[in-house]
Amino acid sequence: MSARDDRRAQAKPSTGGLNRVPITADVLIIGGGGAGVSAALHLAKRGTRVVLLERGLIGGQASGVNHGGVRQQGRHPAEIPLAIRSRRLWSNIQELCGSDVEFDPCGHLKLARNAEQEADLLRWNEMAKGYGLETTMLGRNAIRAQHPYFGESVIAGSLLAEDGSANPRLLAPALARMARAAGATLLEHHKVESIEPGFRVLANGQEFTAPILLNTAGFWGGEVAARFGEPVPVESLNPNMLVTEPLPYFCSVNVGVVGGDVYLRQIPRGNVILGGGRGESDPALPRSRPLPDPGFLAMRKAIEIIPRLEGALIIRSWTGIDGGMPDALPVMGWSHTTPGLLHAFGFSGHGFMLGPAVGEILSELVLDGRTDVPLEAFDIARFNRQDGVEPDVWKTRLE
Amino acid sequence: MSVVVVGAGPAGVRAVERLVEAGIRPVWIEESPDGGGRVFQKPPPGFSRDAKALYGADAARAQAIHDTVARLRAQVDWRPGTLVWNLRPGPRLLNTQGPDGTTQEVPYERVILCTGAMDRALPIPGWTKPGVTGLGAAQIALKAQGLAIGRRVALCGTGPLLLLLAWQLTKAGAPPALVLESAGWGQTLRAAPGLAWNPVGALRGLAWRAALRRKGVRIHAGALPLRVEGADSAQALLWRDAKGAEHRTEVDGVAIGYGLKPETQLADLAGVPFAFDTLQRLWLPERDRAGRTAVPGVYLAGDGASIGGSVVAELAGTRAALAVIEDAGQPVDPLETDMIHRRLWLEARFRAALERAFPYPAAHAAAMPDETLLCRCEAITAGDLRATDAPEVNRGKAFTRIGMGRCQGRVCGPAGAEVLAAARGCAVQDVGRLRGQMPVKPVVMA
Ligand SMILES: Cc1cc2nc3c(=O)[nH]c(=O)nc-3n(C[C@H](O)[C@H](O)[C@H](O)COP(=O)(O)OP(=O)(O)OC[C@H]3O[C@@H](n4cnc5c(N)ncnc54)[C@H](O)[C@@H]3O)c2cc1C
Repeated sequence: MSARDDRRAQAKPSTGGLNRVPITADVLIIGGGGAGVSAALHLAKRGTRVVLLERGLIGGQASGVNHGGVRQQGRHPAEIPLAIRSRRLWSNIQELCGSDVEFDPCGHLKLARNAEQEADLLRWNEMAKGYGLETTMLGRNAIRAQHPYFGESVIAGSLLAEDGSANPRLLAPALARMARAAGATLLEHHKVESIEPGFRVLANGQEFTAPILLNTAGFWGGEVAARFGEPVPVESLNPNMLVTEPLPYFCSVNVGVVGGDVYLRQIPRGNVILGGGRGESDPALPRSRPLPDPGFLAMRKAIEIIPRLEGALIIRSWTGIDGGMPDALPVMGWSHTTPGLLHAFGFSGHGFMLGPAVGEILSELVLDGRTDVPLEAFDIARFNRQDGVEPDVWKTRLE
Repeated sequence: MSVVVVGAGPAGVRAVERLVEAGIRPVWIEESPDGGGRVFQKPPPGFSRDAKALYGADAARAQAIHDTVARLRAQVDWRPGTLVWNLRPGPRLLNTQGPDGTTQEVPYERVILCTGAMDRALPIPGWTKPGVTGLGAAQIALKAQGLAIGRRVALCGTGPLLLLLAWQLTKAGAPPALVLESAGWGQTLRAAPGLAWNPVGALRGLAWRAALRRKGVRIHAGALPLRVEGADSAQALLWRDAKGAEHRTEVDGVAIGYGLKPETQLADLAGVPFAFDTLQRLWLPERDRAGRTAVPGVYLAGDGASIGGSVVAELAGTRAALAVIEDAGQPVDPLETDMIHRRLWLEARFRAALERAFPYPAAHAAAMPDETLLCRCEAITAGDLRATDAPEVNRGKAFTRIGMGRCQGRVCGPAGAEVLAAARGCAVQDVGRLRGQMPVKPVVMA
């Protein structure tokens, strides 16, 4: 027996002792998920010297294991401009990434299973129209005719045709390759151990310095913020995911439901990927695991809307760790305690789609001092206010 | 105390037997409809071939195992036809799915995992054609149903199982048309002194060889399969002999298997640490000689922990049961444990010699042509994997979908690691191992 444990295969040898000569940059980024690598790319493209530090592998956490939904539909009004901005980038995603990330604008169909849910769909559609988002309502007959695989429980649906999906395992690594090509330094196996004002950051025995620090550390962004006296109520959010064996192809749209208790899509190979409920995690390790009971519940909910799924074989199940905020909105914007510190984390289970725009917006905040997307609702100080978190009128917390 | 034993092969049978003797009534879960495990697979009801014909020199041991299963069934909570598809070490729970598809949660205070082994595949171009199967699977077909996989069969593999199957087929009146042993004579001879640690086992190997020769079945040492040809199903095997010359032999069945590979997924889900075993060239769950792991309440025995064969499995099963009994505060006889340790030590010496004599043809796997369907579930080629910049296997999986299909990398995992390591220019252990995910085998949606 020689090597012990598989972690060895992933851990690069550290430099041993401390390297006292700091590496300097214009901008340091903590966290190589979708938000961080996109920021690295957009900053590097504009000539900024960027160093990104990632504890594990690029896209190894939430950004690499999510459902792959690229959806504007169902979002909180405060997030819609950000989602629209990101959707525009998705239209050229192959160019941005330099390779195919399997983006398919196949449409997102959100289902109602009772009259109240149908009213919710109509209300959201009305609101979204104000932002220029076009949806198509399908009533009972239309939805039966166009999607004969739905069961009796489905009474209506709303289609946002330009929504879609992509392969989450490919996006962040592809953006990272482009960022490196544009001159950014992205270092894997570099866990940030300490941060001092200025900023002086220690990772893997090496010191890094820069006047600007981006906190794109996902769930762990909460820890980074807390170090600067800005604690936030972030929880480890672990959406429970399952995938079936390949089934005959029948469903071309991404399917969601009002209430968010189940969502699914079928990939061209035939496998149906479905989610619903929560798994469990130990973010300190970090490790996450799906749980059987929510898995079974999601299966039953899926069978209710698509009866032909009964008897299909589940071949794999997984979850991941995202930062979940109480109002399901991210923390995004400048720190209130520390000049030069810029946060973008806590995407609450729907930040895969936003990643490309988040990075671009961060680059604008750093280089231009402004951006055209309103960010007030994402202010880190919102949790300190007297009235606390807003009531969840749009039910986005359930998604 | 709630004790669960997973698996009713030689290891599981002896573990349960010993637990019952100590007054424990374990839950005993087995995926197959009956006990015996892969080595002593029983024919389904209605097939009548006697034990001697089925198990040859092992008939007495097979009979003893089957008799023990029959005797124990009434004394335990016996759950055949039931798959354990998940293990949660925190709350100490197993998830099962029974023969009628019903799922259940089974709590345990201590669980002995005796999950056995499967064929270690060597993908070659054409290996997914009908007519091609695993060596172990071919043997099970023979034992369970008296079926040969073809009329002109090529067997490709290494070590005792290859010889045994060649001999079993010959005895059943269907001698193989071609037998390719990847190990060269030199390798086998160099390991010969070590093989003497088990004279009976070593002699049996020689006896099979001699018997096969008498029946006109030739074993090509140092020979490797290159490609299965045929339009819809296997029609010919292209292969290379020890001198490097290529040959084409017409066959309608090909069985490929280069030793065995432990079914370690449950140990992995339990969080048992793994270490790379340089002899077996596999990542194996770590355990002490009694089968205890670093995870509270989790014990391992038999081929599911490390390939040792059925004799070792029986000993290890008994030993793990004794560990459970001991850890539960009941006395065990130190003479018995000492005796088992001594026999396990001797067997381990023999096993190490066997591994040296009949190693996995790693270089051949690493060099498989780009067009080889490495992952048959997801139709990923060796070239697809080589084309990535993945530094380790889980990353390779994320980029290409290799190992994401129905078998979850149980089949393509070891060969895939060889391909990736060669492409990265590093040792195979440096590309890590695929992380296990639940369900360890498919579960029905209901
Ligand atoms: C199972 C699942 C399904 C989802 N489905 C969807 C979906 O369909 N559509 C959608 O839009 N979104 C979805 N999401 C949400 C989406 O994946 C996340 O919101 C998004 O990926 C978050 O990106 P991020 O860059 O903020 O975080 P992450 O991808 O988590 O990246 C943060 C990175 O920071 C690193 N890091 C943390 N601490 C340190 C440190 N001290 N030093 C160095 N590095 C550090 C981490 O290793 C990690 O790689 C889903 C999430 C999950 C888990």
